[in-house]
Amino acid sequence: MNEKKTLIKCRQLALGYGSKDIVRDLDYDINVGDYLCIVGRNGSGKTTFLRGLAGLLSPKAGSIELCDGLQRNEIGFLPQMTVVQKDFPASVEEIVLSAFQGKFRLLPFYRRAQRERAMECMALTRTESLAKSCFRELSGGQKQRVLLARALCAAERLLLLDEPVTGLDPESTETMYHIIEELHKKGMTIIMVTHDIDTALNDANRVMDFNDISVKGK
Amino acid sequence: MPELIEKFSFYLEFPFVRYAIIVGVLVSLCSSLLGVTLVLKRYSYIGDGLSHVAFGALAIASVLKLTNNMLLILPVTVAVAVLLLCTGKNARIKGDAAIAMVSVGALAIGYLLMNIFSTSANISGDVCTTLFGSTSILTLKVGEVYLCIALSCIVLLTFVLFYHKIFAITFDENFARATGVNTTIFNLMIAVIVAVIIVLAMNLVGALLVSALVVFPALSAMRVFKSFFSVTVAAASISVACSLIGIVIAILAGTPVGSTIVAADIAVFGLCYLTSLVRDKRG
Repeated sequence: MNEKKTLIKCRQLALGYGSKDIVRDLDYDINVGDYLCIVGRNGSGKTTFLRGLAGLLSPKAGSIELCDGLQRNEIGFLPQMTVVQKDFPASVEEIVLSAFQGKFRLLPFYRRAQRERAMECMALTRTESLAKSCFRELSGGQKQRVLLARALCAAERLLLLDEPVTGLDPESTETMYHIIEELHKKGMTIIMVTHDIDTALNDANRVMDFNDISVKGK
Repeated sequence: MPELIEKFSFYLEFPFVRYAIIVGVLVSLCSSLLGVTLVLKRYSYIGDGLSHVAFGALAIASVLKLTNNMLLILPVTVAVAVLLLCTGKNARIKGDAAIAMVSVGALAIGYLLMNIFSTSANISGDVCTTLFGSTSILTLKVGEVYLCIALSCIVLLTFVLFYHKIFAITFDENFARATGVNTTIFNLMIAVIVAVIIVLAMNLVGALLVSALVVFPALSAMRVFKSFFSVTVAAASISVACSLIGIVIAILAGTPVGSTIVAADIAVFGLCYLTSLVRDKRG
């Protein structure tokens, strides 16, 4: 194996809400091309860490450094689905295209290149036939793949996935993992929070266990 | 029928009727556009809360004998809207409780002030007018109409320019923020616009019925249409149509304007609900 480039450097990182630290004194490097699974029990700080990486939460101490020229807007994020989204009247195309809002700040319409990119991402997640469908009428697995397509549109190099298969049936779960694996092979760096230890050990090339970390932190 | 049309065109010659129609169309258009976002973000009740705040501010303005009470009502309502919509998750008192508190609080204080410092002989009549807007739409002055047109244009322009941003934030605020959209500024913008619309809509249907303008067209459109764009367009059309019908009926039949408009909105909601039921049965 040749020497890998570091993509994200966490140093002495502390994250939390209010006065409570959930992640503390974390030193961790993520390399270009990693498929990293984050496991750990509920409340151990997995999602908090992911939100920190996504820039939704600023570090209370320490730092998260983006290396190798990685930009904030090259990171795609797949958050857990909210109640609001499950019943949202929007077409799949509208949702996937909304990924570009962070990039062209004041343009009131989408460009052709963006529409083409959106179709590509939908093809990669096998949702292109759903482009005109209504999001709230899709199955759980289809919804999750649409949100993955949206994350892909925003992502050039790094995908952050927060429990992407929670609540899906075995078949949809299989498809989802297969798509993620394909993306990884194409060179995407992947960081995934999951409760599914078997997949973590099978597919991922690195596993980060938050049960250990929080014990160490105390 | 010809008599009705004749009667209507006779009424149209009065400037106050034309003002009422212009203001009615603009206000219902603006409120329905933002209504879609508010309903989807689970903020349906914000319209109600803010209109009570506006009522409270109106009471204070009349106690202070301000000549242009908009100068007080608008800033106060905007400030409360920003407080309610933008403190969000970090607030000590959570969203719905905060709205309930502010809403009844403002209503009670407003009525109290109006009673204690009243200058008019007919307090309950005044209060009733403000709450149900029974005549205020028909007594608009030219200045108020121009103000309404200007504010509506600003609201419409902002909505069209930032339509995609508003969609992104409504659908998934976290994702939007993670990809670099400045959600704080846009939430602030939405809060300000909502407050402006509520204050404008108070003239049309009165403080108690404002939420109807915000909620009904959006809910009707969401029953039938499946993309955000079609829902937005449909909500706007439904809202404008209902307001026009409501105003015309109110003028011809002598019913209160606000409640007639809301009744029309309810009727359309019923129709949309039935349509969706029939369609679901078939599909």
